[in-house]
Amino acid sequence: MTLIDEPPSAEVDLEEVRPARPRTVLPADRPQGPKVGPRQVGGVAREDLLALGGALVSSVSLTALLFGTFAAFSGRLGFTIVWFGLFIAIYAALVALDNDTPAVVDRVMTAVLSAATLLALVALASVIIYVLYGARGVLTNVNFYTEDMRATGPGDPLSSGGIRHAIIGTLIIISVALLLTVPLGIACAVYLYESRSRFAELVRTVVTAMTALPSIVAGLFIFATWVLILGYPRGGFAGSLAISLMILPIIIRSADVVLRLVPGSLREASAALGAPTWRTVWHVVLPTARSGLSTAVILGVARGIGETAPVLLTSGFTQTTNVNLFENAMLSLPLQTFEFSRSPDPLFQERGFATAAVLMVLVLALFALARFLGGRPAGVLSKRQIKAATRKSAADEERMAARSRGRSGS
Amino acid sequence: MTGLAVLAIMGGVGLFLAVRAYEALNDRGFAFFTTQNWDTNSGEFGVAAVLAFTIAIAFVAVAIAVPVSLAASLFITEVAPPKVRGTLIALVDLMAAVPSVVYGLWGRELLQGHLIPLSRWINTFLGWMPWFDVSGADPNDPFVNLSRYSASTFIAGVVVAMMVIPLQASVMREVFSQVPSGEREGAFALGATRWGQIRAVTLPFGQGGIIGGTMLGLGRALGETIAVVMIISPRFDFTWHVLEVGSNSISALIALRFIEAPDFELSGLFAAGLTLFVITLAVNFGASILVGRSRSGASSEA
Repeated sequence: MTLIDEPPSAEVDLEEVRPARPRTVLPADRPQGPKVGPRQVGGVAREDLLALGGALVSSVSLTALLFGTFAAFSGRLGFTIVWFGLFIAIYAALVALDNDTPAVVDRVMTAVLSAATLLALVALASVIIYVLYGARGVLTNVNFYTEDMRATGPGDPLSSGGIRHAIIGTLIIISVALLLTVPLGIACAVYLYESRSRFAELVRTVVTAMTALPSIVAGLFIFATWVLILGYPRGGFAGSLAISLMILPIIIRSADVVLRLVPGSLREASAALGAPTWRTVWHVVLPTARSGLSTAVILGVARGIGETAPVLLTSGFTQTTNVNLFENAMLSLPLQTFEFSRSPDPLFQERGFATAAVLMVLVLALFALARFLGGRPAGVLSKRQIKAATRKSAADEERMAARSRGRSGS
Repeated sequence: MTGLAVLAIMGGVGLFLAVRAYEALNDRGFAFFTTQNWDTNSGEFGVAAVLAFTIAIAFVAVAIAVPVSLAASLFITEVAPPKVRGTLIALVDLMAAVPSVVYGLWGRELLQGHLIPLSRWINTFLGWMPWFDVSGADPNDPFVNLSRYSASTFIAGVVVAMMVIPLQASVMREVFSQVPSGEREGAFALGATRWGQIRAVTLPFGQGGIIGGTMLGLGRALGETIAVVMIISPRFDFTWHVLEVGSNSISALIALRFIEAPDFELSGLFAAGLTLFVITLAVNFGASILVGRSRSGASSEA
């Protein structure tokens, strides 16, 4: 207020001219309220924890009290549902004691969201644990991995027979499928990445639609073409073709996503050095995206290895080990699981669990490998890769130097 | 070149299925889509019941999967601390990697036992709704025959939901993670709670992704084979009673009949497969158009 009134020219003498201003003083008789410390803005407040804990305890007790008296529920699932309903109600009431409505809704919805996530994870854990538990009696037998089922019938003990034929069959079928799909899939992804034409857009849409191709339809298609029209028998190769049809769109789509992460500056640098497009793709884009591409392929494999329906129609069923792709039936793990579990014999059922466990462990291992490889974004190298790259560029430098020496010598 | 190959394969699938299906379709005409029976020897066969069951299973699956996957993807993008976010994403993706034959085994051996009491409870209290009715079982009878509740559309739907959840969750999460942080922070600056922010910013932004993800899940659920085969006991008279014993699906029909089928029945199965193919294709194209059209879709297509 005072600053504006004063003429700017008087600035120099300001201190002398202006009389000493009274300092602001707090009125002595100001009412002293309760001391308010800094507000907690993050983390977990004590009240929240108390409300959560209280709601948990009281809802569990209330459910235990009510359960079987009022609700005509039975079983653990019923208990969980009743408990969760009560928990949400009690929690809402507790939070409402010292919060306004939006905060109550926020807390309750947070609890609901967490519960849904937890539900999905518990279901996943129960699948894995239950299958491993059901297989515990079989997995420890060595013969389960080294024998096939040709000499084993219903009622034979678990020490006889195994799934060697299914393990070998799965590995062969998936390897052949990979040989077919990896070049085609990555080439198609590169095409989608390089081309901006409307045709590429069409291909992308079709590939997306193909990801959801029902697996049984893939099997039908291969059966119609390979077996009925071309006249080959059912067997490993037909199974491979059907699996290829399933994993090709998966590989294309995930490779497409990965390729788009390659920094544009790298491509431009390569183009600026005068490299044609194919050299840029081969020497710059693909090596940069290598870890992501292997993730894409592995995820495709994990999906393809577990497909039952296509091989059910195309590869046939057998009890013996067969390594010939083009003759006789070749069995794979998911189909073996399916066949075992259809049998009324409890020992076969148990073998079914064990086969499912082997299959699941295989898929989980592949998945872990994919996470491990894909953990790094495109173009970021591990220590070993950096060392290798340094060594390689040193060797290049050496080579160039030797070359220029040779040229100047001659 | 490779693009052409992919297109050719896709076109080929439809073409060859149609060629193979011609014999049966020609024989049955439109009755193929209205007959609730599958007896190729007498010529009385059609996909009406099987198709209706397929759709019923898919709807049950999607009805269960959508709330769970929506909540899980919101939890991952909005609530979970960044440290555990990566782990959660990996776990949800892992759900997609578990083979369906394993889910089928789990559903038949473990889940079914837990779901039957739930089915009975729903039947007791909601049985007045026609689709929760179960013929041949009185839920208030303490000695009710519980096998009337087994192998039902509902149980198959729950197991298929397990396979649909990760697919939907990953599509939705992808879309939610693209919410502009400016809008998100704007909501917080105006004093919104987290849920207020989700309702005002994230959900409207992700609408296209939610609908598209739901439809993609529906497409997946329609085509699911082995898990359904392992759980249901096949029947060919359609019923709306989703809790009642017996169900079917096009893919289950093909899987069960294919190996021993004579030529003419084979053609009928191809016709059924063609029906499934056309329906899933339509659903999926619809889904990708919806996702692509929404505001969030432009970048989520990647």
